[in-house]
Amino acid sequence: MAEVTQLIHHYLRHNKRFPHVLCPGCGHGIVLGSLVRSVHQLGLTKDEVVLVAGIGCSGRIAVYVDFNTVHTTHGRTLTFATGIKMANPRLKVIAVMGDGDALSIGGNHFLHAARRNIGVTALILNNNIYGMTGGQSSSTTAENCYSTTSPYGQQEQSFDIVELAKAAGAPYVARSTVLHVKLLDRIITTALARPGFNLVEVLTPCHTQFGRKNKFKTTVDMYKWYKKNAIPLDSLSKLPQEEQNQRTPIGIFVEENRPSLEERYAAITCRLEEASK
Amino acid sequence: MAKDKQQVVVSIYPDWCKGCGICAAFCPGEVLELGPDGKARVVQGATCRNCGFCEHHCPDFAIVVKTKRRIANNREVDHAHEG
Repeated sequence: MAEVTQLIHHYLRHNKRFPHVLCPGCGHGIVLGSLVRSVHQLGLTKDEVVLVAGIGCSGRIAVYVDFNTVHTTHGRTLTFATGIKMANPRLKVIAVMGDGDALSIGGNHFLHAARRNIGVTALILNNNIYGMTGGQSSSTTAENCYSTTSPYGQQEQSFDIVELAKAAGAPYVARSTVLHVKLLDRIITTALARPGFNLVEVLTPCHTQFGRKNKFKTTVDMYKWYKKNAIPLDSLSKLPQEEQNQRTPIGIFVEENRPSLEERYAAITCRLEEASK
Repeated sequence: MAKDKQQVVVSIYPDWCKGCGICAAFCPGEVLELGPDGKARVVQGATCRNCGFCEHHCPDFAIVVKTKRRIANNREVDHAHEG
């Protein structure tokens, strides 16, 4: 069926060193593949797409694809993306962030991008840990999970990215894991085709920093854990309440239509120009 | 899918494979396994169901699943250029 690998190779920068820098079994490569397939499916040219990435393992994604790419400062992915979109609304702007990038240092920008409804597709690759800097606890590390900075288990409550984005007013909120690639493709394709702020949370395993400290023997065990724990949103309500709390729902959580900031900005510019004539 | 059974060739780029084992662990036809060098290899190509799981889930873009018909067509094109 597929023959997608050659398609992906078409979008890569072959002067960069391959295989890429990410650890064996890291889900970030799968997200990169899914992103390329979605862009191809929508028939976008390479010049129409801008990929903005921050600091962290997810920041490496922008290096390997042959779109217009910006590798920005830590946590400021969405601010750069907002500027690019306002300067040229015809571009498709994709912001790729890690959980630390989007929610810890860039948490403020994340909330305001969702509130503004700026036309950016935000991909948050959530691996529950600060992978690149040595496995410190991040704001999405679940309670009682082990990390370099929480050797006796994390004592803080973690963020739920989907609930956070919903509360901040994002009109499209979806979550998938890297194991559920078909769903991920569908979600990213829909998100790219929509105007306004679209948030996609992707659960991706970090075996090197998170898995090894949390009793996952191999990377494959982490994927099996996703297979066991992730559940489509509509089948979640059929489970008993106790089991619901232990599972991670995946799917599309919010899908609303609201005028995006760049549309409103264009409209008001038009109105003022007419009024000044 | 069943119709295409046995008409598929799975190939792996060993230089790009990092040996994470996702393809071997989840392959429904048990086509792939990790070899002694730690990299994926095809052990029984005949049981491939052409589901595309390995190709979609390889984080390093190292697996290609091709139908035999497509390969034959490509060869014809190559010959045309040579001729």
